[in-house]
Amino acid sequence: MTVEEKQPPAPRSELIGATRRESRRLMEGWWQRLSDAAADGRPAANVFVMGSAAEILHAFDIVTCFPEITALQTAIRGSSMDYLLAAEDHGYSPDICGYVKVDVGLHLKERRHPMGTLPKPSMVVATNMCNTYVKWAEIWERRYRCPVVVLDLPGWRGSGFEAGRDGFEADRRYVEGQLRELIGVCETITGRRLDIDRLRESMLAVNRLSELYRDVLAENRHRPAPFNAMLDGVNYMGIANIHRGTEEGVRFMQVALDELRERVALGIGALADERFRLLFVGTTCYTHFVRFLELFKEWGGVFVLSEYMTFAGGGIDKGIFYDTDRPLESLAEQLLLSSQRSMSGVFYSQDWHDQVVRDYQLDGICFHGVKSCRTISTGLPDLREWHMRRGDIPGLFVQSDLVDTRLWSEAQMKNRVDAFFEALQSRRLMRER
Amino acid sequence: MLVAGVDVGSTQTKAVIMDGSPRVLGRALVDTGARVDRAAQAAFESAASDAHVAEAEVDFVIGTGYGRYRVEFGDDQVTEISCHARGASFLFPGTSSVLDVGGQDTKAIRVGEEGQVLDFCMNDKCSAGTGRFLGAASQALELPLGELGKLALTARRPVRMTTTCTVFAESEILGWLALGRKVEDVLMGVHVAIASRSISLLRRVGIEPEITFTGGVARNEAMVNLIEQLTESPVNVSEESHFCGAIGAALHALDRVVAGGTAGAGADAVGAGGDAAS
Repeated sequence: MTVEEKQPPAPRSELIGATRRESRRLMEGWWQRLSDAAADGRPAANVFVMGSAAEILHAFDIVTCFPEITALQTAIRGSSMDYLLAAEDHGYSPDICGYVKVDVGLHLKERRHPMGTLPKPSMVVATNMCNTYVKWAEIWERRYRCPVVVLDLPGWRGSGFEAGRDGFEADRRYVEGQLRELIGVCETITGRRLDIDRLRESMLAVNRLSELYRDVLAENRHRPAPFNAMLDGVNYMGIANIHRGTEEGVRFMQVALDELRERVALGIGALADERFRLLFVGTTCYTHFVRFLELFKEWGGVFVLSEYMTFAGGGIDKGIFYDTDRPLESLAEQLLLSSQRSMSGVFYSQDWHDQVVRDYQLDGICFHGVKSCRTISTGLPDLREWHMRRGDIPGLFVQSDLVDTRLWSEAQMKNRVDAFFEALQSRRLMRER
Repeated sequence: MLVAGVDVGSTQTKAVIMDGSPRVLGRALVDTGARVDRAAQAAFESAASDAHVAEAEVDFVIGTGYGRYRVEFGDDQVTEISCHARGASFLFPGTSSVLDVGGQDTKAIRVGEEGQVLDFCMNDKCSAGTGRFLGAASQALELPLGELGKLALTARRPVRMTTTCTVFAESEILGWLALGRKVEDVLMGVHVAIASRSISLLRRVGIEPEITFTGGVARNEAMVNLIEQLTESPVNVSEESHFCGAIGAALHALDRVVAGGTAGAGADAVGAGGDAAS
């Protein structure tokens, strides 16, 4: 065929790439709201991805700031060490959570972030889902003398996460009481009474977000996987958190789902040449986010699912079904259930891994230990070993950090990743013989 | 047909030349130093000279070890994990577990019947409990590295080291000596600390006989003795243990040549980097 005879390329669907464009637009909008709040002093709350109580805060028009997200964004933009070292100079130990130190550094540097300016927190909402949250909240409390509401969510060690089980109702009432206290703090800060219809709207938006998010996750059962659970997953997760309970959040997830379905229909995978499908366990290294993904991409390895897309989603992966006829009751119930699922996930994650390895036809699991977060890293080598022995599921264990570049070692990381894929490849060839 | 494997380790660089039979025709060992590319070139040249062949006669060269990408004259790279597995299975065909204690890292590998990696585990970023720990002991005690094992075997009351941290090794060794403990007892304590740490790595992948001990530290008789005691199993150690990674690399090179592959064709079970066929 001559040059003149070449067929023009097939028209590219407008849906392809729409999610990233929309994600960028929404993220910029969020930063604009944070910067506006920093400038005009409108109420802003520092909250966490696990248990943000965003539904209540949105009902009061309180701007929500997620320090975990703002910290990881400094790492992706290559500036986390400026903040982290400022915190260490201030006396924070190298051993503690990197997110905390980046955030402390941000506050020491007048809250100036590469993407905007953080507002002074008018209040803080934390939960006991991460032991660092409480100590982190105390830092802001001391610095800004803002009220801190720590939601104490009773744990549950076992399976059977239903609202009807023994003792659940007492726990639910306990949480509901705390939500009423939170509402009281919001009313004091904003000088407004709770508009229960606004709360209902927000809860309905979460119901729809959750439904769409579950469909998004399910799309990656296709081969090739239409999205990378690390790269795209972080976007989905970020928007799902900052727009939890808003119409924009719902619209975004619909755009994502539409694009994924289009990708599946057109056979467009996250990787052009998908050869190995993997589950990612842990939280990733944002300092070398792209490089880390490249190491896997070189071998045709795609992360089809990430545990982070479940535990950092405030329960939307398992399905949140608020009953808006009894809003506070239902809010307490779902918050309790989602926290118990997430926290017990730490103790019973092997069952979930087993299931998704089958459901998503995965070739192996990558466990990433975070040096400055023992909470999510403890036990990962044992889990790797357990899966290998019990289910012959190949596992790779690597370590670095969320935001601390000093804990990344290129040669060692590449060596382990390469060796893992060499082993996967030889397994596959032996099987095919 | 001639192939070569060049194993650029953190401390030493090893190279072997093999023929198609396959048989090791020549070998060389040089200190890696700061110029990794030069060490790789020097080891390759020496191995070729030892084999009485011209470098240009070598059909395929695979680089391995942490400096594998600096083997600039090589045709491809394979990790030392796959190479040690392959080399150990070549030296001892019944191998199921490989323990490789090198200068800066320790690897435990479970190996399949054809020398393929079934599972592996490595030490953390730091060099605690690796050959470097013995190096620190050698410096602190002012004894040649090669004599440590022999002397340790004469110990009667080994001390219990509290650390495998290479940085703290010297001060702890001097501390024990200051308490009047004998050099051999302190040395055996050092060996026990490394062996225990190595065994815990091996347990992570599952200890299955036959166990083959590779890497530079496998030349230390006290370490071999301790690994046998702790695993309650005899341990294979070859005269070529130090060259195991390079031999494995050469065998992978041989697979490529036999399969008619060129660089990056990925003809063997391991394949070649990201270009390998699956």
